[in-house]
Amino acid sequence: MSATATVVDDNSDKPILGFWIYLMTDCVLFASLFATYAVLYNNTAGGPSGFQLFNLKNVLAETLILLTSSFTCGLAMLAAHKGDRDRTLAWFGVSFLLGIAFLALELTEFRHFVQTGNSWRRSGFLSAFFTLVGTHGLHITVGLTWMVTLMVQVFRRGLTRATIRRLTMLSMFWHFLDIIWIFIFTIVYLRGAIAP
Amino acid sequence: MIEFANLLGKLNWNALPHDPITAGGAATVVGGVLVVMAALTYFKRWKWLWKEWLTSLDPKRIGVMYIVVAIVMLVRAGTDALMMRAQQAVSVGNNHGFLSSNHFQQIFSAHGTIMIFFVAMGLMFGLINLVLPLMLGARDVAFPFLNSISFWLFGAGVVLVNLSLVIGSFSAAGWLAYPPLSELRYSPGVGVDYWIWSLQIAGIGSLLSGINFLTTIIKMRCKGMSLMKMPMFVWTVMGAMTLVIFAFPILTVTLTLLYLDRTFGMHFFTAGAGGNMMMYVNLIWAWGHPEVYILILPAFGVFSEVVATFSRKRLFGYTSMVWATWAIVVLSFSVWLHHFFTMGAGADVNGFFGIMTMVIAVPTGVKMFNWLFTMYRGRILLATPMRWFLGFVVLFTIGGVAGVLLGVPPIDFQLHNTLFLVAHFHTMIVSGVLFGYFAGVTYWFPKFSGFRLNERLGGYAFWCWLVGFILAFVPLYILGLMGATRRLDNYSPSLGWQPLFIVAGVGAAIIAVGLTLQILQLLVSIRQRQQTRDTTGDPWNGRTLEWSTPSPVPFYNFAVTPEVDSRDPFWAIKQARSAGIEDKSTYEAITLPKNSPIGLFVGTLAFLIGFGAIWHIVWLAGISLFGILVLVIVRSNDDHTERHISAKKLEELDKQARTQERYA
Repeated sequence: MSATATVVDDNSDKPILGFWIYLMTDCVLFASLFATYAVLYNNTAGGPSGFQLFNLKNVLAETLILLTSSFTCGLAMLAAHKGDRDRTLAWFGVSFLLGIAFLALELTEFRHFVQTGNSWRRSGFLSAFFTLVGTHGLHITVGLTWMVTLMVQVFRRGLTRATIRRLTMLSMFWHFLDIIWIFIFTIVYLRGAIAP
Repeated sequence: MIEFANLLGKLNWNALPHDPITAGGAATVVGGVLVVMAALTYFKRWKWLWKEWLTSLDPKRIGVMYIVVAIVMLVRAGTDALMMRAQQAVSVGNNHGFLSSNHFQQIFSAHGTIMIFFVAMGLMFGLINLVLPLMLGARDVAFPFLNSISFWLFGAGVVLVNLSLVIGSFSAAGWLAYPPLSELRYSPGVGVDYWIWSLQIAGIGSLLSGINFLTTIIKMRCKGMSLMKMPMFVWTVMGAMTLVIFAFPILTVTLTLLYLDRTFGMHFFTAGAGGNMMMYVNLIWAWGHPEVYILILPAFGVFSEVVATFSRKRLFGYTSMVWATWAIVVLSFSVWLHHFFTMGAGADVNGFFGIMTMVIAVPTGVKMFNWLFTMYRGRILLATPMRWFLGFVVLFTIGGVAGVLLGVPPIDFQLHNTLFLVAHFHTMIVSGVLFGYFAGVTYWFPKFSGFRLNERLGGYAFWCWLVGFILAFVPLYILGLMGATRRLDNYSPSLGWQPLFIVAGVGAAIIAVGLTLQILQLLVSIRQRQQTRDTTGDPWNGRTLEWSTPSPVPFYNFAVTPEVDSRDPFWAIKQARSAGIEDKSTYEAITLPKNSPIGLFVGTLAFLIGFGAIWHIVWLAGISLFGILVLVIVRSNDDHTERHISAKKLEELDKQARTQERYA
């Protein structure tokens, strides 16, 4: 019956709409962190400014790695929609490794700052920097955990309606984090590279 | 600073209460829990509680649980209010009353926090859960499992707030915990951390509810219900949930930043090292002002339903009501600075926010006139919900005018932080939010219990609230104009304030009588339920779809999903019926979610994360966080979360429900 069919369709796109709305809330969350960063940007309290701290080469590498992982995530979704389980898993595997590499580079940068005496305790500027960039890193960590669980699920159950829906949400999340990173790259690092 | 070395973090025996008043509070909490547990054991109700309520994913059950918790919290925070009124009535000159300064500060902080987060929010989400799916002609919310998680996160927040009475202490930094007072340097105890984590956990629950209900409204309306045919309550919930989605992430961030300052030595809001404390005030009100509209919009929705039903008329100016709602949604993000005109932002900025504050009064005025015009030439039935509405009209207008006055920056400079402000926002929130939800609870009570609440006691309770409110808060307006600042625990007799404070205390006592009468009303109504049983499913001659179901509503809501082609669809159906047209019904198999205890488990673990974070018990927070991850994975691998009811079985159940209805 047509009525039943509509109901089934509704059930499958409700989670996607819900997830879009969730992403909007996450967007507001990051917007608030960007605002605090902008307010505290000059509050270095005698400590170093972004200009003195940031190493753009490192950041460029991070950016390229993350963008590539987004691309491979897209390839994985194409494979998923074709029903090719092995290729889906393979491309998500690549995205996962790239995500790990990104996180490793970010943590190296953080460690370097902390070791040279410029931790989040140093100034309002550094508190805001670590919190903004760290929150993005935390999201990446959550995304990677999610990716592993879903890869296990796809491996065990194959590409069912439910797993494809979850993969779709994961890929939305992953692309969203990419967009946030572009803003971090621009507002934090590129702006920071301009001499004061 | 963090003490990782100790297995129990900062927790030790000193955290238990030492002075008689805190010990009394602790004893009440512990005693209350023990009495409830003993009663459940005595009446052998544990299994029933577990199966029918705690693990239920039925929004109607979850709604009732929200409301029960909110009423218990209303009693608790109301007791706080009585203690404050008593203290201010006696604490003059050398007599310092019965509360220490620190204790008084904890009480007003807890009063505000609990009233907003656990009473008003609880009543709001409770009513939305109860009514929203029914009004949409739906069987459920979009994400029933997520709904249960939201509720249990709310529950975790409630437990944390009350646990602070027993272990440790609560925040003494006011209900919004402004820094630098709330920073570690000036509030070294765990109080502010209790405040942060109870709000953080409950707030994430609210955020998830916002996503859930908005998706429900967009995706689950029955056939024929276009947006402009939705009941007004649904529109206001849609507005409020949109605000939740935009505002609550700001709260999440603000609380996190304060916690990072306090625990990891960051400098977001500290007085030195590059912190900016006014940024906190901006952030918290960028959430906080929309929050008051989140609370009040659904209450406006309740009034819209109540006025139309009890005036036997269509709601006047439906379209303008919809636009007024959305005007409020948008404008509510452009007035937050009026909470701190005295920050020193300069004349232009203050001027802008002052004007916006006046502008937002316009859509509210539109609503007020629409309700009054709905009553005009209506057949008005003065039932209890309608009385709450009329009380609201009077008080809300007074409070609104006081608010417009406060919106003028030069006047605000005089009245900032005085009792005039306290009186203003209590007038708005008590008459708007609380009266609104009281009206809603009374109005929809028969739908979920099968019987009406006692009208006579409801009337007495209403008059106590109204008279008590005027006596309690008119003196505060006057005191505020005389220069009495808020949060005073002692003042000089030479000021001549004491008589007014005594009158306010008497008013508070009358409100307490009103609240007692409401609890009595509930007990009496349960006792006399045979006389007030609702045998038609439509006790008030209602207009919207929820009244087309039998009372109490069966778990599947609608045996046959309704189709609508007008506003006030049930009214139209009734007209059609009396014209001799029978509504057709063919039963179809339906799918509903099975019960699940996982929401309760997630709430428990979230509570443990909060407890670990407050007392710096790192392993506890870590293990609990991992536990939530495991639960989520378990749930996502469970393929048997739904149960099916065949068309035949449904027909049987429906016939049964409708027969009982006729012959009860």
